[in-house]
Amino acid sequence: MTLELLEGNVAFAEAAIRAGCQAYFGYPITPQTEALEHMAKRMPELGRVFLQAESEVAAINMVYGAACAGVRAMTSSSSPGVSLMMEGLSYIAGSEVPAVLVDVMRGGPGLGNIAPSQGDYNQIVKGGGHGDYRPIVLAPATVQELIDFTCLAFDLADKYRCIVIVLTDGNLGQMMEPAEMPPMQPLRAIDQLPEWALSGADGRKPNIISSIYIDPNQEEIFNRKLMAKQAVIEANEIRFREFMLEDADLAVVAFGTAGRIAQSAIRAAREDGIRVGLLRPVSLYPYPYARISELAAQVRGILVVEMNGGQMIEDVRLAVQGRVPVEFYGRMGGVTPLPDEILEAIRQLHAGLAARAG
Amino acid sequence: MTDLVETLIYQRPQSLLPIHTHYCPGCTHGIAHRLVAEVLDELALRPITIGVAPVGCAVFAYNYFNVDFAEAAHGRAPAMATGLKRASPDRIVFTYQGDGDLASIGAAEILHAAGRGENITVIFINNAIYGMTGGQMAPTTLPGQRTTSTPNGRDVELHGMPLKMCEVLSQLDGSAYIVRRSLHDVPNIRRAKKAIRTAFEVQQKALGFSMVELLSSCPTNWGIPPQGALDWIREHMLPAFPLGDYRVHPALAPGDGKSSAD
Repeated sequence: MTLELLEGNVAFAEAAIRAGCQAYFGYPITPQTEALEHMAKRMPELGRVFLQAESEVAAINMVYGAACAGVRAMTSSSSPGVSLMMEGLSYIAGSEVPAVLVDVMRGGPGLGNIAPSQGDYNQIVKGGGHGDYRPIVLAPATVQELIDFTCLAFDLADKYRCIVIVLTDGNLGQMMEPAEMPPMQPLRAIDQLPEWALSGADGRKPNIISSIYIDPNQEEIFNRKLMAKQAVIEANEIRFREFMLEDADLAVVAFGTAGRIAQSAIRAAREDGIRVGLLRPVSLYPYPYARISELAAQVRGILVVEMNGGQMIEDVRLAVQGRVPVEFYGRMGGVTPLPDEILEAIRQLHAGLAARAG
Repeated sequence: MTDLVETLIYQRPQSLLPIHTHYCPGCTHGIAHRLVAEVLDELALRPITIGVAPVGCAVFAYNYFNVDFAEAAHGRAPAMATGLKRASPDRIVFTYQGDGDLASIGAAEILHAAGRGENITVIFINNAIYGMTGGQMAPTTLPGQRTTSTPNGRDVELHGMPLKMCEVLSQLDGSAYIVRRSLHDVPNIRRAKKAIRTAFEVQQKALGFSMVELLSSCPTNWGIPPQGALDWIREHMLPAFPLGDYRVHPALAPGDGKSSAD
C-alpha cells in the first residue's frame, strides 16, 4: 500500500480520472475549486475532456450531454452551485443516464460562506430537483473514503443508470491526509458504449434520450419504473460504518465530518465509562433505517450530531419510531463542532437517561 | 410496349420518419424539419448525426427525425450539445431551438457556445412568439405586436426591444457562420436550405459555431391564417430582422451559403 499526502479536492478529482471519467465540466466555486483545477491540468494530458462552463447550469447540462454519448461524465461544485444544477439533475434522473456529482458543502442559506457545512442534506438526499426521484448519496468521512466513494459512484451510476452524489464538505475538500489512490482503470472503448447511447443511428433505429412523457399514464409507468429501481437500490446498496456499538447502551448517529468528530468524542466518553458507540451512515440514500431500528432496540437513547439545524435526525426518528429518546446536537452556518462539544452532549444524554431511570 | 423510364424527383428524406407532425396547419416548422433532413441526406450525415431538441413547439422533433436525439431542458440545448460534441467529436451535433428557448432562457448557453466556437450547428426558429405555451411575448416579439402577455401590443418602454441574435452572435470570434434566412416563400426556402447545408459543412470542416436563423410563421398564435402569416413575415419581420450573412468564416469558398438567390 502506497500512502500519499493528498488534499481532498485533488484526491477525488484524481480518483475520478482513475475510475475512467472521460469528461469533466465545472465552474469555479470555493471550497471545491482545486478539483476543477486538477481536472484542467490532468484531463487534457490524458486526451480527455475538461471544460470550464459558463455556469453550473451549463456544467450539469454538459454532463448530461456527455453522459448521453455513453461516456463516464461528472461535475463537482459546492452548495450554491449545486442549487443551480438541480434543474439538470432532475432531467438526468428523468432520462436515466448515469452521472456523478461531488458536492463539497459550505455554509448557507444564500451566498452563506465558504466554511464546511452539512446544511444541504435534505436538498441532496431527498431528491433536490423537481419530480419523484432519488439519487444515490455517499458520505465520506476521510480522504480515503472520498477517493473510494468517488470510484464507487461511477460503478453505481453505470449499474443503475442513475445519479450518484458524493456528499462531503469543505473540511474534507480542503483537508490533507494520507490516502492511497486506486490504479488507473482503462477507458470504455468506443465499441463498449451502452446500447442506449447516442452515437448516430447507423444500422439501427434512432436512440432517443428524453425525460418527457406527455401522457400522464405513461409518466406514471416511468415513475413506477424508477420506484422499482429504487427498491433494488434500497435492497442492495445500504452502507454504514460502526464504532464501539457492540456493548453500547447509547448511540451517536452522524455522517461525514460530523461522524468523524463524534468518533473522537465517543473515545473520550468511553474513558468516562459511558458505553456509547457510533453509527455512521455512508449511504444517505439508501438510508440504513433497518440498522438504526435494531439499535433502537439495543440502546437507551440516541444522539444525532449534524453540521446543520437537524435534517438527518428526521430519518433517525423515522427509524426509531419513538421507542427511545432521540436528542440532537448541531452547529450551523459553517461552524464545525469540536469533540468536546459532542462529548458534553453525550454526557447530557447519559445523565438525562440516568435521571429518568432513577 | 414503350419503355418507360421513371425518374424519382421528390421523396421523403431518409432523415425524416414517415410520421404526421403535431405542428399546426401553416406552421413553418415542417419546412424547417424537411430542409434539415434533406441536407443530412445530401451530405450523408444521417448515420453520424445527433440532434438536440428544445423545449417549445419543437419539443417532439425527435419523433420526426430519423437520427439519434436528446431532449434538453429549456434553453440548455447548446450546453447539452457541447457535452455530446466534446465527448464524441467525430459526430455531427445540431440543436433545433425556438426564440424563447434560444434567446430568452437559453441566452447564456447560446452566447457561450458561440463564444467558445463550439463546433455545433444551431437551427434557430424565430417566429416572434411563444408557441407551445399559447402565444406569449418572446424575446423577438416586435414592438407593438400583440401577444397574450402583451395584450395591448409590446410596449418597448415596459418590455424593452426585441433581441437580434444573428447581430449579437456574429460579434463573437468563435462564430464561424451566422446567417438569417426566411421561410415565407419558395425562393427564400431555397436560400434557407443552402445556408443549412453550409452550416453543416462548417461543422464538418470544424470551423466553429454555426447558426442559421429562420424567420418562421405561427398562424395559430398570431391569429392570422397561414397565407396571411407568410405575408406577415415579409411585411413585418423582414424589416425588423434583416436577412443576410452576418458572419461567414473566411475559409468558406466565395459564394458558399451566401444570401444571393440560387
